Amino acid sequence: MKAAKIIFVIIFAYFLIACALLLRPFGSPTETTMDEYFIKNAQIETASNNVVASIVFDYRGLDTLGEATVLFAAVSGVILLFRGGVPK
Amino acid sequence: MRDMSKIVKITALVVLAPLITFGLYIIAHGHLTPGGGFQGGVIIASCFALLFIAFGKQSKHMLNKELLSVAESLALFGFVFLALLGLRKSFLNNFLANSGAMFGASVPFGTKEAYINTAGTIPLMNILIGLEVSCALTIIMLLMLNEKVSKHAGK
Repeated sequence: MKAAKIIFVIIFAYFLIACALLLRPFGSPTETTMDEYFIKNAQIETASNNVVASIVFDYRGLDTLGEATVLFAAVSGVILLFRGGVPK
Repeated sequence: MRDMSKIVKITALVVLAPLITFGLYIIAHGHLTPGGGFQGGVIIASCFALLFIAFGKQSKHMLNKELLSVAESLALFGFVFLALLGLRKSFLNNFLANSGAMFGASVPFGTKEAYINTAGTIPLMNILIGLEVSCALTIIMLLMLNEKVSKHAGK
Protein backbone atom coordinates (compact mmCIF):
# COMPACT_ATOMS: atom_id res chain seq x y z
CA MET A 1 0.00 0.00 0.00
CA LYS A 2 2.83 2.36 0.89
CA ALA A 3 4.63 1.59 -2.37
CA ALA A 4 1.44 2.39 -4.32
CA LYS A 5 1.19 5.76 -2.59
CA ILE A 6 4.82 6.59 -3.40
CA ILE A 7 4.35 5.59 -7.04
CA PHE A 8 1.20 7.75 -7.25
CA VAL A 9 3.06 10.76 -5.83
CA ILE A 10 5.91 10.27 -8.30
CA ILE A 11 3.54 10.07 -11.28
CA PHE A 12 1.61 13.11 -10.07
CA ALA A 13 4.82 15.10 -9.58
CA TYR A 14 5.99 14.07 -13.06
CA PHE A 15 2.85 15.49 -14.65
CA LEU A 16 3.04 18.68 -12.58
CA ILE A 17 6.68 19.28 -13.57
CA ALA A 18 5.91 18.49 -17.21
CA CYS A 19 3.05 21.03 -17.20
CA ALA A 20 5.27 23.65 -15.55
CA LEU A 21 7.96 23.14 -18.19
CA LEU A 22 5.44 23.33 -21.04
CA LEU A 23 4.07 26.73 -19.91
CA ARG A 24 4.49 29.54 -22.40
CA PRO A 25 6.63 32.50 -21.32
CA PHE A 26 4.78 35.33 -19.58
CA GLY A 27 3.26 37.91 -21.90
CA SER A 28 3.04 35.83 -25.06
CA PRO A 29 -0.30 33.97 -25.22
CA THR A 30 -1.20 31.63 -28.05
CA GLU A 31 -4.36 33.39 -29.23
CA THR A 32 -4.49 37.20 -29.09
CA THR A 33 -7.45 37.90 -31.39
CA MET A 34 -9.93 38.50 -28.56
CA ASP A 35 -7.66 40.75 -26.46
CA GLU A 36 -6.72 42.88 -29.45
CA TYR A 37 -10.37 43.27 -30.41
CA PHE A 38 -11.27 44.43 -26.89
CA ILE A 39 -8.32 46.82 -26.63
CA LYS A 40 -9.06 48.38 -30.04
CA ASN A 41 -12.86 48.52 -30.07
CA ALA A 42 -14.24 48.33 -26.51
CA GLN A 43 -13.67 52.02 -25.76
CA ILE A 44 -15.46 53.18 -28.92
CA GLU A 45 -18.23 50.56 -29.08
CA THR A 46 -19.45 50.85 -25.49
CA ALA A 47 -18.29 54.49 -24.97
CA SER A 48 -16.76 53.45 -21.64
CA ASN A 49 -13.30 54.50 -20.50
CA ASN A 50 -13.02 51.45 -18.22
CA VAL A 51 -12.58 48.45 -20.50
CA VAL A 52 -13.01 46.02 -17.60
CA ALA A 53 -16.45 47.49 -16.85
CA SER A 54 -17.38 47.30 -20.52
CA ILE A 55 -16.48 43.59 -20.60
CA VAL A 56 -18.21 42.77 -17.29
CA PHE A 57 -21.45 44.65 -18.02
CA ASP A 58 -21.66 44.59 -21.80
CA TYR A 59 -19.76 41.84 -23.61
CA ARG A 60 -20.21 39.32 -20.78
CA GLY A 61 -23.30 40.76 -19.15
CA LEU A 62 -24.88 37.33 -18.92
CA ASP A 63 -22.10 36.31 -16.53
CA THR A 64 -22.89 39.29 -14.28
CA LEU A 65 -26.58 38.39 -14.37
CA GLY A 66 -25.63 34.87 -13.22
CA GLU A 67 -23.54 36.25 -10.34
CA ALA A 68 -26.38 38.50 -9.18
CA THR A 69 -28.77 35.56 -9.37
CA VAL A 70 -26.41 33.41 -7.29
CA LEU A 71 -26.37 36.13 -4.61
CA PHE A 72 -30.17 36.33 -4.73
CA ALA A 73 -30.42 32.55 -4.30
CA ALA A 74 -28.01 32.70 -1.33
CA VAL A 75 -30.14 35.35 0.38
CA SER A 76 -33.26 33.27 -0.27
CA GLY A 77 -31.58 30.28 1.37
CA VAL A 78 -30.52 32.29 4.42
CA ILE A 79 -34.02 33.73 4.83
CA LEU A 80 -35.43 30.21 4.60
CA LEU A 81 -33.00 28.91 7.22
CA PHE A 82 -33.58 31.79 9.69
CA ARG A 83 -37.35 32.06 9.27
CA GLY A 84 -37.96 31.32 12.96
CA GLY A 85 -40.53 29.01 14.46
CA VAL A 86 -43.77 28.07 12.77
CA PRO A 87 -46.69 30.19 14.12
CA LYS A 88 -49.41 28.17 15.85
CA MET B 1 -24.97 40.17 21.15
CA ARG B 2 -23.85 42.91 23.57
CA ASP B 3 -23.58 46.53 22.49
CA MET B 4 -20.38 48.48 22.93
CA SER B 5 -19.60 51.65 24.89
CA LYS B 6 -20.89 55.12 24.07
CA ILE B 7 -17.54 56.18 22.54
CA VAL B 8 -17.62 53.34 20.02
CA LYS B 9 -21.25 54.08 19.13
CA ILE B 10 -20.63 57.79 18.49
CA THR B 11 -17.47 57.04 16.50
CA ALA B 12 -19.33 54.49 14.37
CA LEU B 13 -22.07 57.03 13.63
CA VAL B 14 -19.49 59.68 12.72
CA VAL B 15 -17.56 57.35 10.40
CA LEU B 16 -20.71 55.90 8.82
CA ALA B 17 -21.59 58.81 6.54
CA PRO B 18 -18.16 59.18 4.85
CA LEU B 19 -17.96 55.40 4.35
CA ILE B 20 -21.39 55.21 2.69
CA THR B 21 -20.46 58.19 0.52
CA PHE B 22 -17.29 56.41 -0.53
CA GLY B 23 -19.32 53.31 -1.46
CA LEU B 24 -21.72 55.40 -3.53
CA TYR B 25 -18.75 57.07 -5.25
CA ILE B 26 -17.29 53.67 -6.17
CA ILE B 27 -20.66 52.60 -7.60
CA ALA B 28 -21.29 55.82 -9.54
CA HIS B 29 -17.81 55.88 -11.11
CA GLY B 30 -17.82 52.19 -12.04
CA HIS B 31 -17.44 52.93 -15.76
CA LEU B 32 -14.53 55.37 -15.25
CA THR B 33 -12.32 54.00 -12.48
CA PRO B 34 -11.55 50.57 -11.00
CA GLY B 35 -14.50 49.36 -8.97
CA GLY B 36 -18.14 49.01 -9.78
CA GLY B 37 -21.42 47.72 -8.48
CA PHE B 38 -20.17 44.66 -6.62
CA GLN B 39 -17.28 46.42 -4.91
CA GLY B 40 -19.27 49.50 -3.91
CA GLY B 41 -22.13 47.36 -2.67
CA VAL B 42 -19.78 45.39 -0.45
CA ILE B 43 -18.36 48.66 0.96
CA ILE B 44 -21.86 49.86 1.87
CA ALA B 45 -22.70 46.49 3.43
CA SER B 46 -19.52 46.68 5.53
CA CYS B 47 -20.69 50.08 6.85
CA PHE B 48 -23.83 48.37 8.16
CA ALA B 49 -21.64 45.61 9.63
CA LEU B 50 -19.84 48.34 11.61
CA LEU B 51 -23.22 49.62 12.79
CA PHE B 52 -24.31 46.13 13.90
CA ILE B 53 -21.07 45.50 15.78
CA ALA B 54 -21.21 48.84 17.60
CA PHE B 55 -24.91 48.77 18.52
CA GLY B 56 -25.51 45.07 19.09
CA LYS B 57 -29.15 44.27 19.77
CA GLN B 58 -30.25 47.90 19.42
CA SER B 59 -29.52 47.74 15.69
CA LYS B 60 -32.40 45.27 15.25
CA HIS B 61 -34.91 48.08 14.81
CA MET B 62 -32.69 50.40 12.73
CA LEU B 63 -33.21 48.64 9.41
CA ASN B 64 -36.37 47.19 7.94
CA LYS B 65 -35.79 43.62 6.75
CA GLU B 66 -38.81 43.57 4.45
CA LEU B 67 -37.84 46.88 2.81
CA LEU B 68 -34.30 45.62 2.14
CA SER B 69 -35.69 42.41 0.66
CA VAL B 70 -38.05 44.29 -1.65
CA ALA B 71 -35.24 46.67 -2.74
CA GLU B 72 -32.97 43.73 -3.56
CA SER B 73 -35.62 41.96 -5.62
CA LEU B 74 -36.52 45.17 -7.46
CA ALA B 75 -32.85 45.82 -8.29
CA LEU B 76 -32.42 42.37 -9.81
CA PHE B 77 -35.71 42.77 -11.70
CA GLY B 78 -34.51 46.14 -12.99
CA PHE B 79 -31.29 44.57 -14.23
CA VAL B 80 -33.19 41.95 -16.23
CA PHE B 81 -35.62 44.61 -17.50
CA LEU B 82 -32.72 46.79 -18.66
CA ALA B 83 -31.18 43.79 -20.38
CA LEU B 84 -34.49 43.00 -22.10
CA LEU B 85 -34.84 46.60 -23.34
CA GLY B 86 -31.93 45.98 -25.71
CA LEU B 87 -33.69 43.02 -27.32
CA ARG B 88 -34.12 44.87 -30.63
CA LYS B 89 -30.54 43.81 -31.33
CA SER B 90 -29.66 41.24 -28.65
CA PHE B 91 -30.10 40.43 -24.96
CA LEU B 92 -27.97 42.78 -22.79
CA ASN B 93 -27.32 45.03 -25.78
CA ASN B 94 -25.88 48.44 -24.79
CA PHE B 95 -28.54 50.45 -26.62
CA LEU B 96 -27.79 53.78 -24.87
CA ALA B 97 -24.10 53.98 -25.81
CA ASN B 98 -23.21 56.60 -28.45
CA SER B 99 -26.90 57.49 -28.78
CA GLY B 100 -26.63 61.07 -27.46
CA ALA B 101 -29.36 60.49 -24.86
CA MET B 102 -28.81 59.84 -21.13
CA PHE B 103 -25.24 58.53 -20.58
CA GLY B 104 -24.94 58.56 -24.36
CA ALA B 105 -21.89 60.73 -25.09
CA SER B 106 -19.28 59.01 -27.23
CA VAL B 107 -15.65 58.54 -26.23
CA PRO B 108 -12.58 58.91 -28.46
CA PHE B 109 -9.97 56.16 -28.58
CA GLY B 110 -7.00 56.63 -26.25
CA THR B 111 -6.36 58.14 -22.85
CA LYS B 112 -8.40 61.33 -22.53
CA GLU B 113 -10.38 63.03 -19.78
CA ALA B 114 -13.18 60.88 -18.43
CA TYR B 115 -16.75 62.17 -18.46
CA ILE B 116 -19.41 60.63 -16.26
CA ASN B 117 -22.07 61.07 -18.95
CA THR B 118 -20.79 58.13 -21.03
CA ALA B 119 -21.04 54.33 -21.33
CA GLY B 120 -24.77 53.84 -21.96
CA THR B 121 -26.41 51.22 -19.79
CA ILE B 122 -23.23 50.35 -17.85
CA PRO B 123 -23.66 53.01 -15.08
CA LEU B 124 -27.35 52.14 -14.70
CA MET B 125 -26.48 48.47 -14.33
CA ASN B 126 -23.73 49.40 -11.86
CA ILE B 127 -26.25 51.26 -9.69
CA LEU B 128 -28.73 48.37 -9.77
CA ILE B 129 -26.07 45.75 -8.98
CA GLY B 130 -24.73 47.94 -6.16
CA LEU B 131 -28.21 48.22 -4.63
CA GLU B 132 -28.71 44.48 -4.96
CA VAL B 133 -25.36 43.49 -3.42
CA SER B 134 -25.55 45.94 -0.51
CA CYS B 135 -29.12 44.91 0.37
CA ALA B 136 -28.31 41.19 0.04
CA LEU B 137 -25.28 41.25 2.34
CA THR B 138 -27.09 43.48 4.87
CA ILE B 139 -30.03 41.06 5.00
CA ILE B 140 -27.67 38.11 5.58
CA MET B 141 -25.91 39.90 8.47
CA LEU B 142 -29.19 41.13 9.97
CA LEU B 143 -30.71 37.65 9.96
CA MET B 144 -27.63 35.88 11.30
CA LEU B 145 -27.32 38.36 14.18
CA ASN B 146 -30.92 38.59 15.32
CA GLU B 147 -32.90 35.53 14.29
CA LYS B 148 -32.84 31.94 15.46
CA VAL B 149 -32.41 28.96 13.17
CA SER B 150 -35.76 27.45 12.34
CA LYS B 151 -36.74 24.34 14.31
CA HIS B 152 -37.92 22.78 11.08
CA ALA B 153 -34.68 23.39 9.16
CA GLY B 154 -33.35 20.25 7.57
CA LYS B 155 -36.62 18.31 7.76
